[in-house]
Amino acid sequence: MKKVLEQKLGSADMLEIKCPYCGERSQNEFAYGGDATIKRPKLNTEVSDTEWDSFVYYRNNPRGKHLELWHHISGCRQWFKVHRNTATHEIIKTLEMHEELKD
Amino acid sequence: MKKYSVFSLIKNAFNGHKNWDVAWRDPEPKKEYDAVIIGGGGHGLATAYYLAKYYGIKNVAILEKGWIGGGNIGRNTTILRSNYMHDANNLFYDHGMQMWKDLSQELNYNVMYSPRGILNLAHSDAQINSYSRRGNSMRLNGIDASLIGREEVKKIIPFADFSENARFPIFGGLLQPIGGTARHDAVAWGYARAADNLGVDIIQHCEVNGFDIENGKVSGVQTSRGNIKTKKVGLCVAGSTSILAEKLNMTLPIEAHVLQACVSEPVKPMLDGVVTFGAGHFYCSQSDKGEMVMGGDLDGYNSYAQRGNLPTIQHVLTEGVALFPNLSRLKILRTWGGIMDMSMDGSPIIDKTHIDGIYLNCGWCYGGFKATPVSGLTFAHTMATNEPHDLSKPFKLNRFNTGHLLDEKGLGTKTWIS
Repeated sequence: MKKVLEQKLGSADMLEIKCPYCGERSQNEFAYGGDATIKRPKLNTEVSDTEWDSFVYYRNNPRGKHLELWHHISGCRQWFKVHRNTATHEIIKTLEMHEELKD
Repeated sequence: MKKYSVFSLIKNAFNGHKNWDVAWRDPEPKKEYDAVIIGGGGHGLATAYYLAKYYGIKNVAILEKGWIGGGNIGRNTTILRSNYMHDANNLFYDHGMQMWKDLSQELNYNVMYSPRGILNLAHSDAQINSYSRRGNSMRLNGIDASLIGREEVKKIIPFADFSENARFPIFGGLLQPIGGTARHDAVAWGYARAADNLGVDIIQHCEVNGFDIENGKVSGVQTSRGNIKTKKVGLCVAGSTSILAEKLNMTLPIEAHVLQACVSEPVKPMLDGVVTFGAGHFYCSQSDKGEMVMGGDLDGYNSYAQRGNLPTIQHVLTEGVALFPNLSRLKILRTWGGIMDMSMDGSPIIDKTHIDGIYLNCGWCYGGFKATPVSGLTFAHTMATNEPHDLSKPFKLNRFNTGHLLDEKGLGTKTWIS
């Protein structure tokens, strides 16, 4: 029953996030940092207005798998990436900042 | 439609209330409509109503994935206000406030409009200054507002923490006397009944799966109940906007976030209007049933789950108890969540798009409920005339490209902290 509800409505449990440096911790220790897939246009190159606007304002905002930034602000204070499902709140994987998602 | 009145109430009382008409029909979708509204929430229903009422477009369908009033119109904290700082927001929302006044008569449905005042509390000198600026901005736009001191606040909410121990002492507050609440479900049902009466087809349990686009023009929508031809499609789907936009190959300046609210067990009348805590994010009013209706921050991460979790509720209620210590003795009856379409500047988007016949109504963040009438009116104007309404001109989608942002709070693009 709980599983069915979670698939339909998303989990109401507290998030437990596995910091790549400290291990599993409660969501209270973390701060969110937004979509991790946005790439800032390269420095010292010609950037069109459209490119810049989409970097600053436009988001894919998927329902489902979402790669995002989190900050272990009340812990080791490291930034890292979390691969999480926005529909169910399931955390699939956490990665260090330099790591890319292999799918 | 048989009019609701005291006479119809008496008449129906005599036969045990068995002969009331249905409030709206449950029609099968037709093959073709002049306009299709996706989303049977407050904004969608209001848009359809004003399209039929003022713009002569009566062959309209509202397609709702779930049921009428099951989305954010049934999940908000029912607050009405127009206490903004920017002219565009002030004028737009205050037009809405004027519409609320007569809405029950207009719809022949009691929306339980109750202008008991909204009080934003200030907890520092700096905050008093900032509220004074906001209040002045409101008054310059013709909206009544008054900056009141600690003693006057005490008269309104004597049970707030005015002690020496208050962690965030109350310095004063900004009062908008016309602010208040309305019954959210009644707003949905009232618009649904009135729109249906003007010939609008309300089609529930009908999900839109795709769009027919030919040469940059929309020609129809594909739904779970068959294809429907139309030349005008209005999106009023709040938190699901990005999902439909993706089907149109559009990316939007919007993120979906879950916002929770909760109600306590019912108690005798203690709080008259709406009060917001200024040292955090907590707002509170008391429902007619006596429940304390409370809300605060977003859960703070992208979410399409219509529920959040307990850390945010705990955080919000901690603020509530800091303000009103007597809340600590109340039990919480229910918590729930809804998906907010958080725009990147905190203001809505009401506009046509680059696809001919596709219109957008989104980005309401967590202020959509109070805007229901004015959003419907201006969006209906946009859909009918292909031009923005004077009031919604500043809410164009391309403001994110031209730089004409309406960032009330100056928070930038971190939608989850707003």
